[in-house]
Amino acid sequence: MSFYETITRYSSFDFGGFLASVTPEQVETIIDKDKLLEHDYLALLSGAAAGFLEPMAHKAASLTRKNFGSVMFIFTPLYVSNHCDNGCPYCSFARQHRIARSHLSNAKIREEACAIARTGMRHILVLTGESRSMASPEYVREAVSVVHEHFSSVSVEVYPMTTEEYAALAAFGADGITIYQETYNEAKYHELHRGGPKDNYVFRLDAPDRAARAGMRAATVGALLGLYEPRSEAFFTGLHAHYVQKTFPSLEVSVAFPRLRPMVREFEAYCEISDRLYVQMLLAARLFLPRCGITVSTRESREFRNAIAPLGVTKMSAGVSTAVGGRAAGSASTSQFEIADNRTLDEMKSDLAGLGFQAVMQDWNSHYLAEEELPSTFNNGIH
Amino acid sequence: MDDLLEIGGKKIRSRLITGSGKYRDERQIGDVVAAADCDIVTVALRRVDFDHPKDSVLAFVPKDKILLPNTSGARTAAEAVRLARLARNMGCGNWVKIEVITDQKYLLPDNMETLAATEILAKEGFVVLPYMSPDLPLAKRLVAAGAAAVMPLGAPIGSNRGLRTLDLLEILVEEIDAPVIVDAGIGRPSHAAQAMEIGAAAVLLNTAIASSNDPVSMARAFRLAVEAGRLAFRAGMGGVSKQGKASSPLTGFLDG
Repeated sequence: MSFYETITRYSSFDFGGFLASVTPEQVETIIDKDKLLEHDYLALLSGAAAGFLEPMAHKAASLTRKNFGSVMFIFTPLYVSNHCDNGCPYCSFARQHRIARSHLSNAKIREEACAIARTGMRHILVLTGESRSMASPEYVREAVSVVHEHFSSVSVEVYPMTTEEYAALAAFGADGITIYQETYNEAKYHELHRGGPKDNYVFRLDAPDRAARAGMRAATVGALLGLYEPRSEAFFTGLHAHYVQKTFPSLEVSVAFPRLRPMVREFEAYCEISDRLYVQMLLAARLFLPRCGITVSTRESREFRNAIAPLGVTKMSAGVSTAVGGRAAGSASTSQFEIADNRTLDEMKSDLAGLGFQAVMQDWNSHYLAEEELPSTFNNGIH
Repeated sequence: MDDLLEIGGKKIRSRLITGSGKYRDERQIGDVVAAADCDIVTVALRRVDFDHPKDSVLAFVPKDKILLPNTSGARTAAEAVRLARLARNMGCGNWVKIEVITDQKYLLPDNMETLAATEILAKEGFVVLPYMSPDLPLAKRLVAAGAAAVMPLGAPIGSNRGLRTLDLLEILVEEIDAPVIVDAGIGRPSHAAQAMEIGAAAVLLNTAIASSNDPVSMARAFRLAVEAGRLAFRAGMGGVSKQGKASSPLTGFLDG
């Protein structure tokens, strides 16, 4: 069983023809449905559905409030290494770019983790470039282990790993993974990643399955929008989440719709993703997957993130630096991409409160399941 | 005459139990709890940051309430047990709502793991309130294992769909010799009243209050509904007939 079976099922599907055939009447009917089928979801990504963003937004807002409440889960990324063995033409970390490479030692990671934890952040995402030699599974494990001492929950965004490697990460304190397929179009995927270690489409596609089998609690999937036809990318993102949710019901599944951002070298994107199309993707995903998490990063601007907060979003990053070593004092390396929202955590909290959302800093604490006795910091009775 | 609910050796006045999650602002919790006039408040341990208790939801729950920590986030009995022990060690009392969920889509309880956790925690002296799918044999096993009450769902968590499991709930109320507390799915005061009318001992709800535009008013509405339903149950409700009373009785000849 693999999501690849679904991808194969759609390999000769005429997306353009289907999307062009959707009528406004069909869209109206779909918006009123309790449960959406695959083709309903695709219809909501059509040009016809673009005329119904307002009713879709109302439904998305209501579904999200019912399922998640008036809360926004907050996390922050920590880049620990930007060495990369891949040559992805759309990424600043790609091996062909002559950028300052950096690789944090355990001591430096601890310093960064402490600096971030002092801001009140409790959930953290550890990221590396995709280099098995420079950021080996052992290195990532060490990084997770160090960071875990300072945070309630640690996730990783690294190259796809084997089940055994994910299990080892989980044992060192990782709860979840984020992995972007970059593009779900197999031919485009191979075109962009030819020759590099990333050139294994199915191994990347099945990463959430392996993470789930390894005991991880959460997975975030998606495509990097701008590399290929965005409506089908959004469609497969939703289907991927749906597949993972159904196959591994105990896994908390989220999607994200990252748009290409300016980087160190110009890359000619397949297309621009307008705000209007982005919102349509967000709303369609929420209507198709009412219980699925939706993450929005600082690739999006403060104004845009504030505007879309009520439209189905459940998780946002804050206080972000995409450079290695960007938090503690000292020099930071080249950023993976330019961030568009520089708010501090307090500014985020304040904006969210103004929008009617409670910023939730901790939604899980993996230390609570630890085998050892309670940490010494746990010494105050509450009631 | 006092109409108190007894759970775990405590006499409880209010039959409405509220939650503490999903609020846009946790400072609302105090006012909501006051308007609901409840005695028990459940708190998700997953969200409690014991390293920073002053910032945690616990700081917003009035001190005179019985704290009912729940094990939301647990995927196995072992995880639920660990969370419950942590809560007790942290001074959150010995009440626990067991919530073991292996399905993140509908958030339906895993009855098998729930039973396993109940068996362990009841032996350890916890007042165990297990959240469960309404299944009679399981409810009997939970009570035999020491559950202080059973908490069957009316509909999936957060769905606000009302008592979709009504027939099964009625069977539990009839057959289980422990309080039956309807938990999850109650979206409207009329749903809460209905649960009380069929003889539920109490109701637990959160989303319907927390996600309303005016949580304080909604909390008051639920308090009134629960009281009304309970009064109606105790007064003995008239039977419901789907047929009119025939003016020419078919068995009148027997009286002749």
